[in-house]
Amino acid sequence: MSKTMTGAKMVVQALKDQGVEVIFGYPGGAVLPIYDEIFQQNEIRHILVRHEQAAVHAAEGYARSTGKPGVVLVTSGPGATNAVTGLTDALLDSIPLVVLSGQVPTFMIGNDAFQEADTVGITRPCTKHNWLVKETDRLASTIHQGFHVATSGRPGPVLIDIPKDVQFANGHYTAPPQADTKMYQPRVKGDIEMITRLVEAMELAERPVFYTGGGVINSGPAATQLLRELVEATGFPITSTLMGLGAYPASGDKWLGMLGMHGLYEANLAMHGCDLMINVGARFDDRITGRVADFSPKSAKAHIDIDPSSINKTIQVEMPIIGDVAHVLEDMLRVWKSRGRKVNKEGLTKWWKQINEWRTVDCLSFKPSEKTIKPQHALARLEELTKGHDRYITTEVGQHQMWAAQYLGFEDPNRWMTSGGLGTMGYGFPASIGVQLAHPESLVINVAGEASWLMNMQEMGTAIQYRLPVKQFILNNERLGMVRQWQELLHGERYSHSWSEALPDFVKLAEAFGAKGIQCSDPADLDDAIMEMINYDGPVIFDCLVEKHENCFPMIPSGEPHNKMLLGEASTKDAIGNSGAVLV
Amino acid sequence: MSALKIKKGSSRKSAYDLRDPNGEVIENHTLAILVDNEAGVLARVIGLFSGRGYNIESLTVAEVDHEGHLSRITIVTRGTPAVIEQIKAQLGRIVPVHEVHDLTVEGPSVERELALFKVTGQGDKRIEALRLAEIFRANVVDSTLESFVFEMTGTSEKIDAFADLMRPLGLIEMARTGIAALSRGA
Ligand SMILES: Cc1ncc(C[n+]2csc(CCOP(=O)(O)OP(=O)(O)O)c2C)c(N)n1
Ligand SMILES: [Mg+2]
Repeated sequence: MSKTMTGAKMVVQALKDQGVEVIFGYPGGAVLPIYDEIFQQNEIRHILVRHEQAAVHAAEGYARSTGKPGVVLVTSGPGATNAVTGLTDALLDSIPLVVLSGQVPTFMIGNDAFQEADTVGITRPCTKHNWLVKETDRLASTIHQGFHVATSGRPGPVLIDIPKDVQFANGHYTAPPQADTKMYQPRVKGDIEMITRLVEAMELAERPVFYTGGGVINSGPAATQLLRELVEATGFPITSTLMGLGAYPASGDKWLGMLGMHGLYEANLAMHGCDLMINVGARFDDRITGRVADFSPKSAKAHIDIDPSSINKTIQVEMPIIGDVAHVLEDMLRVWKSRGRKVNKEGLTKWWKQINEWRTVDCLSFKPSEKTIKPQHALARLEELTKGHDRYITTEVGQHQMWAAQYLGFEDPNRWMTSGGLGTMGYGFPASIGVQLAHPESLVINVAGEASWLMNMQEMGTAIQYRLPVKQFILNNERLGMVRQWQELLHGERYSHSWSEALPDFVKLAEAFGAKGIQCSDPADLDDAIMEMINYDGPVIFDCLVEKHENCFPMIPSGEPHNKMLLGEASTKDAIGNSGAVLV
Repeated sequence: MSALKIKKGSSRKSAYDLRDPNGEVIENHTLAILVDNEAGVLARVIGLFSGRGYNIESLTVAEVDHEGHLSRITIVTRGTPAVIEQIKAQLGRIVPVHEVHDLTVEGPSVERELALFKVTGQGDKRIEALRLAEIFRANVVDSTLESFVFEMTGTSEKIDAFADLMRPLGLIEMARTGIAALSRGA
């Protein structure tokens, strides 16, 4: 049943057959035949961004808020190199993306042709896999393989480089079922003996904790359901990384809050003091572990991960379980139930008593002010006023990102999109565009810092063009706040290039694009201003002028263990030793 | 500790063979990696080693299954047991990598290297070079009145030993293939 068509037509056909509804892209010479095909159809919507980096972040936002792969189309040379930051971001956060790039014709490759770049060479270390397609006959099957690789196992970005002559030439179209996907079949079922050992440990543990991550969300809705069931049934406390927020509801009584460098006191102390740590789809990142040698010294550790290389990479575990989170949790629940649903009641009661004592420290309390808006206060109000909404949050990178993670509560997965692994300033705004496209009726807010936001501000054009009512909630401290905080704590208060000078007038900037601008500096006006933003039917830039020198706490200084957490201004003197100063 | 009786760092039943997890002993391991013979696959493997700071002591690659388009890459690498485990796991993530075998831990194996030596000299030195070559079972594959090219297959140690002997006898150039290795038995 193979049909003959041009490579360019094949690209569009393959995307349709993969169920793609939206692609984010930017045209150029090496992808003109594909753009010509896009022009001649109406099934797939193309969103013209203003910079290829933004196309990739928008696709990430789309992917993370839907669970479907994001699709990007860029031209050769500069189009492809502009996509590199987004690819790296998606790789580190395990986001499924299929990026198609144009390439100079095969007969010109290697000649330093106009807009030629060694795209597969450049993107090899920042994709899960990539392909240069040299024959039109193999184009469709390669695209199908690309979707398969991007979405199975540990998800990630793939790139398919398509020379222009391959787009023009005729070839045989391969439909998805005929494409060879046997080449990549990661294992999803966990070792049942090891799962049973973990269940035995869960029955005995006095101080257990679930430490969950983005893997739960990547695994899909079943994983979230099973996790919630397991937590409720066992009564174990649960914390999560930045990437995993929403898998367990923030309103749940077993929820300890986020852990890690800027995580909650009770979450980090529970990690430090537990006797059984159950890592579900997280990767013992250095923002989580602090000093590895002192990480949770008294616990036996289980690690559930679909990627074998995550296991024993930084932290040695006694119970490694390689498999998909949903599959493994299902087996865990089944085994645990069949063995009589046992837990160490006495131990757990004491453990919760201890945790509740830690909770009384109230580590997120802050000194409110009548004169200036505290960034924490701004987020607390945003939370209060948007809680009931069908709400999606993206963020940029910096203090505001950590405050957003601390002060906003997530009840469901796929509602929180932030650049975790790479920490990419400029991620949040385009990501919010991708989210809004997938959820046109929902309230989509990008919690931003003024410096990060400027990195992809050109996307205002995209928001306006496609009538995407994204809300840009900028906590404007006129500082590269997170950098400033480190300089204060680590570099003798020498604030080298960490302030934002010559900032635009954000209200006028919004208006120049045809959007709405709101500025707020008085705490008394804040609620009304936030309501105005929410109720406005269109994109809004909200310039929230906040306290300029606020620091983000709690904080575990680099190179310190969890129990050396700083809670507030008073405890920061000489907190970071020399060994910590070399870390980032 | 607690009611849990799990020995620290032991994962007897794991997918991993954790010899002393905190051991800092540096070991040499010979890895055999079966890959699709496609463009860029060697760059992926080498890029992994350079990008993550692993060592390559020796590397050989050639197609071994023409029909199946499979190549075999043999890498000798060095590291602590934990690092070696990481290397194997990271190799396993590469999509066109089909199999990763650690020949050093998977039972007995044979390792061979081929080397060519150009030795120049006259008189006694030339005769001595030829005599040693015979003892080492090196073949003469080229000769002129002032030079020999010897060919020798053996373990890397044997090749090193032969090179040491040839150096004072006029060794001027040498080429080695790197190690090829197979497990013993069926
Ligand atoms: C692309 C990029 N460049 C540099 C950094 C380093 N960095 C991390 S946070 C930060 C400051 C961010 O400032 P802003 O967006 O205003 O957020 P704030 O910390 O003030 O809330 C910088 C420069 C980064 N994460 N990403
Ligand atoms: Mg700022």
